[in-house]
Amino acid sequence: MGKKLFGRRDLILLAVFLLIGGAALLFQLARPAAAGGVAEVSVDGELVAALPLSEDGEMVIEGYGGGENTLVIRDGEADIVAATCPDGVCVRHRPVSREGESIICLPNRVVVTIRGGKEAAVDGVA
Amino acid sequence: MASRKPARKAALYGLLTALAFIFAYVESLIPLNLGVPGVKLGLANLVVLAALYLLDLKGAFTVAVVRIVLTGLTFGGLFSMLYSLAGGLLSFAVMALLSRKSRLGTVGVSLCGGVAHNAGQLLVAMAVLETGTVWYYLPVLILSGTAAGVAVGLLGGIAVERLRRAFAHFSG
Ligand SMILES: [Zn+2]
Repeated sequence: MGKKLFGRRDLILLAVFLLIGGAALLFQLARPAAAGGVAEVSVDGELVAALPLSEDGEMVIEGYGGGENTLVIRDGEADIVAATCPDGVCVRHRPVSREGESIICLPNRVVVTIRGGKEAAVDGVA
Repeated sequence: MASRKPARKAALYGLLTALAFIFAYVESLIPLNLGVPGVKLGLANLVVLAALYLLDLKGAFTVAVVRIVLTGLTFGGLFSMLYSLAGGLLSFAVMALLSRKSRLGTVGVSLCGGVAHNAGQLLVAMAVLETGTVWYYLPVLILSGTAAGVAVGLLGGIAVERLRRAFAHFSG
């Protein structure tokens, strides 16, 4: 018993997971960039800055334990271009621009999250 | 079959632990960025899956925990240890239940284990960062957990068969 590799039940399960994951992913990617959105910067769970995506700019984030992350806002996208963290996961992350997207730096406990601005928050604005 | 002969049991434990170590090493070499730092693909789950089918529950749990501690100490820091622990224990619980109580094949069992593995890691990220925004990564983690789960289920199922036959051979 228990030697079966792949049966009908497994196939159904696989289809369900692929469908749920795929649909959710498509839904996320189909959304437009958050027009008028802001990039919220938090360190160790506390909000330290909110930069409008409409203004190009640069900010050095003072992370937890003395680490630093350089955040750049350009063309309506937020991107971490440099960091002192050892893993560099945040630097390799692609730029974010859609509501809810985020870049996380675990060692510095920095989270950059996109929040929809005035336009995105109100329904029915043409 | 595993509990009768102590030598055979010890050999299986050693083999599975060594395998776990190799998989963890391979996994640490893959520069995969799933968005949430520290999240691993979960290929090392193959060993836990094999242990669940070859050993009793206690033995499989031992292999799962030893794998997490060993790889955590060797290939990562405290955070990745926490990640592995949450992901590893959750996926062990799910796979242990399904491998014994459901009629799923190894692919289905490991698929659920893979998704549970990623969900556990996400929970840790949420707690550590004190933010709910990591849920944004759930779709990606469901898909990658599914893919890893299928790969692990197929390879693991084949490995279980081979090991079973090999060990049946040299101890009668
Ligand atoms: Zn970083």
